[in-house]
Amino acid sequence: MADKEGGIHIDPMSQFLIKPLFGKEGAAVELFSYTNSSLWMTLIVVVGGLLFVVGASGRAVVPTRLQSVTEVLYDFVRKMVRENAGEDGMKYFPIIFTLFTFIIFANVLGLIPYSFTVTSHLAVTATLALGVFVTVTAIGFMKHGAHFLSFFVPKDCPAPLLILLVPIEIISYFVRPISHSIRLGANMLAGHAVLKVFAGFVAPLYIGGALPLGMMVGIYGLEVLVAVLQAYIFTVLTCIYLNDALHMH
Amino acid sequence: MAGEPHEAAASGGLPQLDFSTWPSQIFWLVVSFGALYFILSRLALPKIAETLQARQDQIAGDLDLAGEFEQKAKEAEEAYNAALASARAEARKIADKTQAEIKTQMDAAMAEADARIEARATESTTRIAAIRDDARAQATTVAEDIAGALIAKLGPAGGVDASAISGAVSTEIERRFGG
Repeated sequence: MADKEGGIHIDPMSQFLIKPLFGKEGAAVELFSYTNSSLWMTLIVVVGGLLFVVGASGRAVVPTRLQSVTEVLYDFVRKMVRENAGEDGMKYFPIIFTLFTFIIFANVLGLIPYSFTVTSHLAVTATLALGVFVTVTAIGFMKHGAHFLSFFVPKDCPAPLLILLVPIEIISYFVRPISHSIRLGANMLAGHAVLKVFAGFVAPLYIGGALPLGMMVGIYGLEVLVAVLQAYIFTVLTCIYLNDALHMH
Repeated sequence: MAGEPHEAAASGGLPQLDFSTWPSQIFWLVVSFGALYFILSRLALPKIAETLQARQDQIAGDLDLAGEFEQKAKEAEEAYNAALASARAEARKIADKTQAEIKTQMDAAMAEADARIEARATESTTRIAAIRDDARAQATTVAEDIAGALIAKLGPAGGVDASAISGAVSTEIERRFGG
């Protein structure tokens, strides 16, 4: 990726390039083009699906290690949904669990060197966040009808203040998918870019490269934490939005 | 923009903002997310739920069983304690009975011994009294004889009336030995 002409040449953004895997070099990315991004999405489905299908097939009373992993994750997400969205939120548990699995595998698989992090792309996070936003809003209207609009009217508020507060509530509601998607995408983007920047310093500094290399090890550990944490945050926010739609304020 | 995606990226722009790649990303996201949802919701999640439920049931069942066994152990302990208590009471009853029997026998033996001692004491007293009376009579006779002989040798001629001697001796004996 970087030129091999010597000197420090850092291009932290080239790792995010989307390239078609088939067809001739430099071809434009079309709707159905199978790109590196598509490949890693496929790997997420294969690895994530395999883990849960194989892990779930054990069904031993005393679980094996793999089975334990699936059960711990299952319990973790189930608790998250139940605590944040209530018992009637459990209806949406499978889709929320899929969301969590997809994001955590995207984030963690993306930490493998030379891999591609699909969640570092706004197209992906925005689609997911918009999907959540539209679905949750639809659930709110389906459950409460037009009454759902009172969600934007704070309770026990003096009438003159409403003129100010209702627009704020509406804006904050519509900002949700933006913050929801950018939080995840920017975290992934920044972490990988920083790693790439440090990596660019390792080889040109010869023995001194140990310093950026050591920092990379530390940052990499931090990135593993961020990868898991961001998957959790995205999912728990989804649960909270769902709770708002189901129970309003 | 759609025409030059790589120029945009290569020139340092954010590949994230190269909107020409968005349709493909969104398309494959929807496909892969749908596939993952299908796999998880159909193949994995129901099985995991079942396994967890089965485990919970088994744990609950085992706990119930353990509670039952505990109850049984408690009952057994109670029965053991009751048996022990009744055996103790029985032993005490037997001991008490034996003690009472021994006491009765001892009392009887004591009473018998007391009676025998009493009888022997009475007999001895009688014999002592008889011996004393006998000794007294003999002493009286001897004293009278000696007094008579002494008076005959040393006293006035003609002697002294025998009854007088006998009276003096008895008085003297009475004085020396008492009643």
